[in-house]
Amino acid sequence: MPKAEEYKNKPIELSEVTITQNQEISPEVHLISWKRTHDFVPGQVVKITLDPAVPPRIYSVCSGNDDQEISVLFNVKEDGILTPRLSAVIPGMKILVTKPYGSFKDGKKPAWWIATGTGIAPFYSMFRSGISENKTLIHGVRHLNQFYFEDELEWAMGARYIRCCSQEQSCNTFPGRVTKYLEELNELPTNINYYLCGKALMVVEVRDLLISRGIPYENILAEIYF
Amino acid sequence: MEALFGKTLNELTALALELGLPKFTGKQMAEWLYQKDIRSIDEMTNLSKKNRELLSSKYEFGLVDSTKVQESIDGTKKYLFPTVKGKFVETAMIPDDERKTVCVSSQVGCKMGCLFCMTGKQGFQGQLTAGEIVNQIRNIPEWHEVTNIVYMGMGEPFDNLEEVLKSLEILTSEWGFAMSPRRITVSTIGIVPGMVTFLNQSEAHLAVSMHTPFDDERQRLMPVQVAYPLAEVIREIKSWDFGRQRRVSFEYIVFKGLNDSPRHVQELCKILNGIKCRINLIRFHPIPGTPLEGTDENTLQRFKELLNDKGILTTIRASRGQDIYAACGLLSTKEMLG
Repeated sequence: MPKAEEYKNKPIELSEVTITQNQEISPEVHLISWKRTHDFVPGQVVKITLDPAVPPRIYSVCSGNDDQEISVLFNVKEDGILTPRLSAVIPGMKILVTKPYGSFKDGKKPAWWIATGTGIAPFYSMFRSGISENKTLIHGVRHLNQFYFEDELEWAMGARYIRCCSQEQSCNTFPGRVTKYLEELNELPTNINYYLCGKALMVVEVRDLLISRGIPYENILAEIYF
Repeated sequence: MEALFGKTLNELTALALELGLPKFTGKQMAEWLYQKDIRSIDEMTNLSKKNRELLSSKYEFGLVDSTKVQESIDGTKKYLFPTVKGKFVETAMIPDDERKTVCVSSQVGCKMGCLFCMTGKQGFQGQLTAGEIVNQIRNIPEWHEVTNIVYMGMGEPFDNLEEVLKSLEILTSEWGFAMSPRRITVSTIGIVPGMVTFLNQSEAHLAVSMHTPFDDERQRLMPVQVAYPLAEVIREIKSWDFGRQRRVSFEYIVFKGLNDSPRHVQELCKILNGIKCRINLIRFHPIPGTPLEGTDENTLQRFKELLNDKGILTTIRASRGQDIYAACGLLSTKEMLG
């Protein structure tokens, strides 16, 4: 067994990849991509860092498993250690990533995907991987320009793509948060799965609401951004 | 005004030098802050009056009083300390014969969203500073009698690693509280990078919230499982030499019909094989709206016996303070909602 000194030097399983794209798809929200080196299951995450001395952060893969590139979506946090630097990467630059891993996976069973903000990433990955047929996607944001991938999702999912916007209104969005949208539904299907992704408070509130409306907790799977 | 309380010796020495005070003032301040019963800079009487005035013009002592105390019929006390934005953190003092254990919070609210936890329902409100963590020990009437400290209150300690490590330094240093790290346990749900840094930089005991050995069940109870699977946590622990003195334990809330079967015992034996550890079984105290139930007493005892028979040291944690919102997060949530 390693002693403390050896353990400190234990390598983290990171590989160097080359950035192929960095798009600011909304103010302070970036989608960065690199050539896919590993297969993955939609919903999985990767750890990313720019410097081996800085502990990597975890991001959901935001691309399809047939795409040639792996992408991740992130908000730039002003006081963050990683995202301000990550937002400045340009094609050709190297970053360090782990292999995709994780168990936030959807199957064939009908499901509702509920996300806020960049929490849409795993569901967009699932959508891009062709598993959206019997799924409903509910995406909550504050501003209309935060409905990332809106055109593509609207075209493919139609009425199964529900947009909730809490601070601005438009004709094709529900005015309010996702919790309000769910509260106002007369009935929620109890025999399907519910996948939640976003910040802790949203996930906890939505999970509590679903449970109070008769959804078995076993049918609810959550991924929290922390 | 910035608080002195919560600063390490290095930080105190640096600020002393910055103010043009002698280097040894740092050590003097540390002893006043962490070893003596004073509450103001003016009481640091081995510092000259002029130097005390200079310090007071820039800094405050920094103790924060609790705003509420509840006492259980079993002697357990729960203190409520104010923090940011009108929010509160909870601290429990649990007496048990000669032992007095203080259970401290490390964050205001929590980001982890565990299904069985009341604190998670507050969402995440902010990080506690090292001073706010240590204040929970120093600023209770029993502080001279505290024998053990557990980081098992509100929040995930390894999601506030820097301040938690700093608080541990204050608690265990000669210039600080001079407590043995073997009397301190830090509990995590398994934030692996933080856990590894903690294992390297501290000698305190480690407790891991497991609650089930099966991935699919754990994922539904604890969303962290998606990012840091239990297998990864166990792998890291297995690769670590804990030596003779340091302890690792696994916390296991026993839920009726969910994680209390012989199948769970078998799997626990399988995944913990090779780790010298203890399992602490915990009775579930239901929180509002929970779909979970605690297991019955017979099943709990049987579960414990099965694990002990298989060679895993297993104990049942005594439930304390049930009449004073024992479950962590209940009291502060009630206070937050008015």
